[in-house]
Amino acid sequence: MSKDIRIKKGLDIKLVGEAEQITTELPLGSMFAIKPSDFHGVIPKILAKEGTEVKAGEALFHAKSDERILFPSPVSGKVTEIVRGARRKVLEIKITATAQQEYKDFGKKDVDAMSSEEVKNHLFASGCWPFVKQRPYDVVANPNQAPKAIFVSAYASAPLAADYDYTLKGKEAELQAALTALTKLTEGKVHVSVAKNSTLSPFKEMKGVELHKVSGPHPVGNVSTQIAQIDPINKGEVVWVVTPQDLVVIGELLLTGKFNAKRTVALTGSKFSKPQYVTAVAGAQMSDITKGNLETDNERVISGNVLSGEQVGENGFLGYYDNQVTAIPEGDDYEFFGWNKPVFDKVSTSRALTFSWLNPKKKYDLNTNTNGEHRAFVVTGAYEEVFPLDIYPMQLLKACMYKDLDEMEGLGAYEIAPEDFALTEFICVSKQPHQKIIREGLDLMREELG
Amino acid sequence: MGLKQNLHNLKEKYKGTKMAPLFNGFHTFLYLPNETTHGGTHIKAADDLKRTMNIVIMALVPCLLFGMFNAGYQHYAAINGFTEGMSFFSGDFWNLDNLLVGAAKILPLVIVSYVVGLAIEFVFCIIKGHEIEEGYLVTGMLVPLIVPIDLPLWMLAVAVAFGVVIGKEVFGGTGMNILNPALTIRAFLFFAYPTWMSGDKVWVEGARELAGSADAISGETVLGSLAQNAAPNFSVSDMFFGFIPGSIGETSTLLILLGGLFLIFTKIGSWRIMLSAVIGALVMGFIFNQVVDLGWIGETSKFYGLMSLDFWKHLLVGGFAFGAVYMATDPVSASQTNKGKWIYGFLIGFISIMIRVFNPAYPEGVMLAILLMNVFAPTIDHYVVQGNVKRRLKRAKVKTA
Repeated sequence: MSKDIRIKKGLDIKLVGEAEQITTELPLGSMFAIKPSDFHGVIPKILAKEGTEVKAGEALFHAKSDERILFPSPVSGKVTEIVRGARRKVLEIKITATAQQEYKDFGKKDVDAMSSEEVKNHLFASGCWPFVKQRPYDVVANPNQAPKAIFVSAYASAPLAADYDYTLKGKEAELQAALTALTKLTEGKVHVSVAKNSTLSPFKEMKGVELHKVSGPHPVGNVSTQIAQIDPINKGEVVWVVTPQDLVVIGELLLTGKFNAKRTVALTGSKFSKPQYVTAVAGAQMSDITKGNLETDNERVISGNVLSGEQVGENGFLGYYDNQVTAIPEGDDYEFFGWNKPVFDKVSTSRALTFSWLNPKKKYDLNTNTNGEHRAFVVTGAYEEVFPLDIYPMQLLKACMYKDLDEMEGLGAYEIAPEDFALTEFICVSKQPHQKIIREGLDLMREELG
Repeated sequence: MGLKQNLHNLKEKYKGTKMAPLFNGFHTFLYLPNETTHGGTHIKAADDLKRTMNIVIMALVPCLLFGMFNAGYQHYAAINGFTEGMSFFSGDFWNLDNLLVGAAKILPLVIVSYVVGLAIEFVFCIIKGHEIEEGYLVTGMLVPLIVPIDLPLWMLAVAVAFGVVIGKEVFGGTGMNILNPALTIRAFLFFAYPTWMSGDKVWVEGARELAGSADAISGETVLGSLAQNAAPNFSVSDMFFGFIPGSIGETSTLLILLGGLFLIFTKIGSWRIMLSAVIGALVMGFIFNQVVDLGWIGETSKFYGLMSLDFWKHLLVGGFAFGAVYMATDPVSASQTNKGKWIYGFLIGFISIMIRVFNPAYPEGVMLAILLMNVFAPTIDHYVVQGNVKRRLKRAKVKTA
């Protein structure tokens, strides 16, 4: 039962610094942090005050909207600092890890015998619920709604993304357990998409799920693209989304009773001297992960990919959902006549004296320069070439900017996440912040329409 | 290195002041700014608005140069007689005498257009405190190319001021305007000073001053002759190469075609609009040809001359080619959806030829057709986008039914 999905619109941005398929086991670092901002829309209520000793899997805080949704500590140790910002907003909860890791025991479970309610409660108790995200709005799933389907994208098409076939090798048992658990959470199907040319994907043998083979340029791996092709979201419908690396954590929890947020992380980008894979725990400090590998001169360290990752710097922490760290050069320099001379070393979708169309296989070392200043929307018709959904991207962006909820709804705002507008933002001649505009628009809708 | 550092220090000094946009406007011409991405994507594509606009200007430069030579050529030809069957590279056309006549007239027009227009843009940017947008770079180049050669500079200055303020800035500046600013300027000139914009005395340099004297010269455009049911004395190759009287930059269909292909190749100009405009014009011209063939219009009718013109020749004469390639494709005032662009372009072509044939006072329709469709572009887009919205609603209904 597999269906092929092929898209034509999109853009593969080829960068230097692809991770070599070697995994180094890193020692557990000492400092970890959980950032509530990783869980967009969640207002934290602190459970573990400063000084509390926690085990791995013990809750640090819960969501203000629903106290069943717990957010666990990824390691055992002591809560040393709760960093607050303006209006006492919690920015980071820092944990100093102990050398000997202790795991809170949630008990082994036989997934096949569990009911829907039991699975849900187990995920709540063990702090695994935040791994389940929902569309619309791209936030942690609201457990009171029934999803019409659950989607897992096991093909990461973003620039330099970690190769799931490699990072998930040997995790078949965990994945199967987690997928079986997911099938209990929905009346509908659990859809899993793998790359069409993948031979090793552990998902090919999974039972109880609907397998799809996808091919085409980025953003084919974005789950919104797949949802739109498989079972588009209509007004009032909800789908849930889980990433493969989080499935492994859920699976391990079900099989062993331990919450183990360790994952294989790809170190990518031109500023790593040896781009490769390492093991790391969610919330780990970047300096621990990148030690001895990072070329520290005017670099930018990003948790996630270059399109929708977050700039964290060397002293920042790995994002809760991320399985990739990217380091690229900062572009804070002027370029003489950079706006009119022919360009060979940058990516462009036009041919306006930009020559990336000559050599589509070439890998580029792009920096963070904006290549121009912010302008009003002028050029039309370019976004559509990299935007595979049946949505008018510029019209939706403008609707978000002037906050017309009816129009946003009509134009398909329920079907999208900010990451879907990463490519249009990348090619935008007017250098508009598309992902931010979409995020603010979705927040407004969530506030007004629920 | 020294210059770069000095300019950087100056930029920091002006930061936050009223003059910052002005300084940055010039600074960014020399250097691509040192801005880095914050939030959102960490990398950006190579194109910015300056590059996009620059490509359009590059596509216009051949038309401008040709216009200069043609101005001189028309002037001398009106006095000494035309060369028959010139090839495109003929020395009778490409010579210094011709260039000097043209350059002396045209360069001041270009300078006035840019100085007045950019000055107004700067003032508005400083008042509003936003960066100087590049929109006027193209407009300022288009304007001198679509006016008659003998237009007094003060008229151009007044028209540019009107066009930039009323056509663009009152709507919020670049990206917000409804009408194409260059055509707004031309329309203002046309309605405010009609005697300078039409007739048989404005298209050739010096024709107006010599009128009534013994040396009087005249230069009627092809359309002008046709409107009077007179056969134009230009061959098809003259029209295609552009050795005919007309607005400064609009005569050479060959160079406009090359410019259009360049814009399409660079993906800056919309091929949908250009192609559909041509199709629209051909369809309308063909319909008129049929009307003549059926005998509904006699040779005595005042529409006979233009209606009987072979339908494909409409593309070669007047400002149609220039309008379809450089004016209709302005992304801000055109339709913004791909489907909408087909409709928008087709109607421009269709209505251009219709107005051209039926306009009693002035036998050219492309300016008015584009302005009219500019007004309707948002409506076209609205219905195209509603189609998408309806499809989405239908999908939801099928699901629940």
